[in-house]
Amino acid sequence: MPKLNELTLLDAQAKLKAGEITSVELTKSCLEAIEKIEPELHAFVTVFRDDAMDSAKLADKNIQSGVWTFDTHPLAGIPLALKDNFLTKGGRTTASSKVLDEFISTYDATVTEKLRLAGAVIIGKTNMDAWAHGSSTETSDYGATHNPYDNNKLAGGSSGGSAAATSSDEVVAAIGSETAGSIRQPASWCGVVGMKPTYGRVSRYGVVAMGSSLDSPGPMTKTVADSALLLSIIAGHDPKDATSSSLPVPNYLEGLNKDVKGLKIGLPKEYFMSSSQPGINDLVKQAAKKLEKLGAILVEISLLDPKFSIADYTIIQRSEVSSNLARYTGVRYGHDRSFFGDEAKRRIMLGTYALSSGYYDAYYKKGESVRELLKQDFARVFESVDLIIAPTAPVTAMAVGSTAGESMFGELADVLVEASSLAGLTGINIPVGLLSGMPVGAQLIGPHFQEQQVLNTAYAYEQSTNWKENVWPTANSQQHTGDKI
Amino acid sequence: MIDTVSRKPLAARYSLICGAEIHVELKTKSKMFCGCKNDPFHADKPNIYTCPVCLGMPGALPVPNKQAIEDCILIGLALGCKIAKVSKFDRKHYFYPDLPKGYQISQYDEPFCFGGSVDTSFGPVRITRVHMEEDTAKLHHDSVDGKRVSLIDFNRSSVPLVEIVTEPDIHSPEQAKEFLKKVRDIIRTLGVSDCDMEKGSMRLEANISLALVGNDPRVVPPLPNYKVEVKNINSFRYFANSLTTEFTRHSEILDKGETPVQETRGYRSDINSTVSQRVKEEAADYRYFPDPDIPPIVISPDWVKAIATRLPELPSSKIDSLIALGIADSAAKIIVTNSGMLEFITQVKTLNPKYVQSAAKDIVNKKVDFVSMTPTDYIKSLESKSAGKITDEAILKPMIKQILKDNPSVVADYKAGKQNALGFFVGAVMRASSGKADAGITNTLLKDLLN
Repeated sequence: MPKLNELTLLDAQAKLKAGEITSVELTKSCLEAIEKIEPELHAFVTVFRDDAMDSAKLADKNIQSGVWTFDTHPLAGIPLALKDNFLTKGGRTTASSKVLDEFISTYDATVTEKLRLAGAVIIGKTNMDAWAHGSSTETSDYGATHNPYDNNKLAGGSSGGSAAATSSDEVVAAIGSETAGSIRQPASWCGVVGMKPTYGRVSRYGVVAMGSSLDSPGPMTKTVADSALLLSIIAGHDPKDATSSSLPVPNYLEGLNKDVKGLKIGLPKEYFMSSSQPGINDLVKQAAKKLEKLGAILVEISLLDPKFSIADYTIIQRSEVSSNLARYTGVRYGHDRSFFGDEAKRRIMLGTYALSSGYYDAYYKKGESVRELLKQDFARVFESVDLIIAPTAPVTAMAVGSTAGESMFGELADVLVEASSLAGLTGINIPVGLLSGMPVGAQLIGPHFQEQQVLNTAYAYEQSTNWKENVWPTANSQQHTGDKI
Repeated sequence: MIDTVSRKPLAARYSLICGAEIHVELKTKSKMFCGCKNDPFHADKPNIYTCPVCLGMPGALPVPNKQAIEDCILIGLALGCKIAKVSKFDRKHYFYPDLPKGYQISQYDEPFCFGGSVDTSFGPVRITRVHMEEDTAKLHHDSVDGKRVSLIDFNRSSVPLVEIVTEPDIHSPEQAKEFLKKVRDIIRTLGVSDCDMEKGSMRLEANISLALVGNDPRVVPPLPNYKVEVKNINSFRYFANSLTTEFTRHSEILDKGETPVQETRGYRSDINSTVSQRVKEEAADYRYFPDPDIPPIVISPDWVKAIATRLPELPSSKIDSLIALGIADSAAKIIVTNSGMLEFITQVKTLNPKYVQSAAKDIVNKKVDFVSMTPTDYIKSLESKSAGKITDEAILKPMIKQILKDNPSVVADYKAGKQNALGFFVGAVMRASSGKADAGITNTLLKDLLN
């Protein structure tokens, strides 16, 4: 029998429901794993040990007394981690920047609130690139998160802490946020399922803003079904977020099915780059073939070269960053602007320049036009295919220290996810194999608000492979428990 | 002093060019971008009407207040503006401790309302734009435990603020006063703001420069290449004063062949003058860009139509209808500023229209206390006064005709525009009737016959 912290979300839910385990046992098991693995992994910025245990006790009480059922509280007693840019009332939120080192959240993010209302135990806040600026967690002012598969490698980012914590079974599941790649890329590097919902599907309220026109919170889980459950809980219209969609939220878990017969899946030839690490393209194509065997129809398609999205994304995101960070003046939050790290400073300068009078038209405005072209490009493709499959990242997890002197590291690592992020589309990373022992991920990209289709296809793939045995190390293998790191 | 070249008095060489910026705080129930109570002036304590949004906390997001947008559009409609079909909010960046996000949410290139106009007796003042933004928090410079400190009260942070910007069409202090009063009266009539300048729910700024007048006074001189912004103006009189004092100051500089410095000045009522606050090296760079937190706002013709149904009769139109009742222009202007007076006149009109003119005169001259006296009682008192009076036109008409015939030179005076000639004839009729002729009817008949 696996250790409790190794359970998937659905398994943990089933065992809690059946009374086989308690939330206190489950939470303790996670806290013990954290205790053991953290010194090497460093997936967390803050662990709410006492609060988590209190929440677990409360959950047990409410489950036992029948006040909470798993219909009213589907996450009752289940320990989850949140990326450190989600505000958690009464708890510290730093966004991995020393500027916010002493900032105690004054309110709950909408996502946090929804998780609490569903009965979840918030076990802690995971490490990230400072302000979510990066794809490695190396820009974190609290140090980088290492990869559970190889301690000398990076977890990716910016939601690297959430990816590593989930992958190493420190938690049952976690929440990340993606501006362009920040869920999918670390999920790919750490071998977990990372769901990036359509922009506007999940509320941004209470998430420390990075690129406001792009930020999309989403689940990072061990399985696709876990992702479906978590997404059903955190998605939905939020009167506090004017950009959140009022489209009704389906029950993604109930809607989950593995029927992909007749589904048209496009393989964009520009995304299978010759410059990618050898082996990645093949693994993703194998995964596509697997879906074909299950009844999907593969279609070669052509999209705008992803390299165009790098420049476009850089301008739009840096501009928004320079504005969003303007509030950290030193008047409040304890620490002044000298506490900004180099990456934040670079981004503020670039964004400030791009928005300056006389440059706005040449940069930001043009950037918005290019973004429109990217949207149209995807819209055109989605007239002939239902989904797109492509590698998530051009390389597997890179060595610790790789980002030194590479100010465009993040953009290059995220080359294959930036266009779909700019277009506001939904996408998911699923593990499709290992290269030299490191996970490789494929991404499935769907049209706006087609999360169900994306999840279904990922589910079909996941269920058809002997996922745990063959694709990634099993949950109780040495490598995965962190014994090796 | 006379200019030896043009032989004109010096002051007349320059024409005053002034545009106004008027900020008005809306009195919506909640703030512009959050649900906090919008009542900064009646708050018992600082920082009680606050939340993560108006405090600019990390992660907080603005959601625009629909009522405030409608009120802004209503003001635009009342000022004769066109309404944008699509509009948006922009971020305006600058650093100040009263601005918690490091930017103010405002509107840059797509304001809700644009291209309006307000008539004054000196000519129209065009309205460039009417847009929506949020107010800042309020700084209090104080001392705590003997230490000088600056405290921030966020009760006002993110209160809805409408900015009205005019073209440089104001050319005299008198015109400025008339225009500003008119705008205030319009907004008060709409019921969307108190426009209280003492409290600061209406704030004024003037952009002033002088242009050299050419030989043809009908030709509008080109805009000067400088402009001085005057802030801290909290009354219409001070606004007019600032124009007068700036006119003199600029004239003196221009007379020396120099150009006044482009700068921001503050008006100080204690010295009735302006003092330099900040010299702008060049235009501030606010790095405007569309606020990604707020989707663009589509304003359908139906929505505008629905908002327009809230348009009450505006002061100018009320004045016109009072004048049409025969009330003097000056009295009409006073009456529309006071809802009690207006109500009194309206009731008198309903009860008996022939007493409207005397009612107007009497309340404006404070001969009648319109608060304590009912219109019915007022009419009764007039009727009892006129009892025993000669009201029969058949008697009065021949009497008046005879008097006119006997005084052809006074008739000529009257026709030449001498208004006191009318008084002469009224007196003559009174004498001829031993004081029994009804004054009102006599007046009307005299005017008829003279014209």
